[in-house]
Amino acid sequence: MSTCEDVISFLDDYVAETLPPEPRASFDRHLAACPSCVAYLGTYRETIRLARLTIEDIPAEVITAILTTLARNTTRT
Amino acid sequence: MNDAALVAGLRAGDAAAFETLVRLYSAPLLRLARRFLDSEEDARDALQDAMVSVFRSIGSFESTSKLSTWLHRIVVNASLMKLRAKKRRREEIDIDEYLPRFLEDGHQVEPSQPWSESAETRLERDELRALVRESIDKLPETYRVVLHLRDIEELSTDETAEILDITPNAVKIRLHRARQALRALLDEHMK
Repeated sequence: MSTCEDVISFLDDYVAETLPPEPRASFDRHLAACPSCVAYLGTYRETIRLARLTIEDIPAEVITAILTTLARNTTRT
Repeated sequence: MNDAALVAGLRAGDAAAFETLVRLYSAPLLRLARRFLDSEEDARDALQDAMVSVFRSIGSFESTSKLSTWLHRIVVNASLMKLRAKKRRREEIDIDEYLPRFLEDGHQVEPSQPWSESAETRLERDELRALVRESIDKLPETYRVVLHLRDIEELSTDETAEILDITPNAVKIRLHRARQALRALLDEHMK
């Protein structure tokens, strides 16, 4: 049976569902018996979700400034 | 407008094509520059420099690469050039100290606890976002940038590898370690 170390080392593949069937089944058996790894898996998934929350739009003035700079460059050449 | 049409417009010096490019890509490219540079002013300067460089070197763009990948690479280079000129760098954690540790039998040294659902309710949304952003900023640059491109901008492993000029396997390893360290940084706030 897989250990905590096995499961956590390949958690990215487990979460991405890219593990082959045999190790995945072994990881599932470990998770059924290990509350600590279940907690780790849940918080690992939460971490990915929370990171995504930080995405932000940019102020319109940034775009205006770039377009002004590019227009200046176009005029020069 | 697809990439081929946009590139053709850029090569022809069409002002509308440049405006489309700037409007389409400035947001993800500025967010990327911010991951390298502490000050907003420096990040905006790096983006400006990158856009001018795109304008000047569009003739050398090879259509074997995706336009988006090429643009990201230019911003990485512009950001790194600005970063090298800086004397003071942001403080970064030693990532190894934030990775899980295991006993000889493979069990976790410190058993993990689930995060409390009330933690997210307790923290205001803006407060939570600020906490996550500050925690990401503490990761070493090589990890922070991979996490940014993969988990925040949701680029593929291969595209991230091409942008950073590293192997797809290096992207996978850095992403997993970055997520684990970020999880550890958030852990004390989320229980």
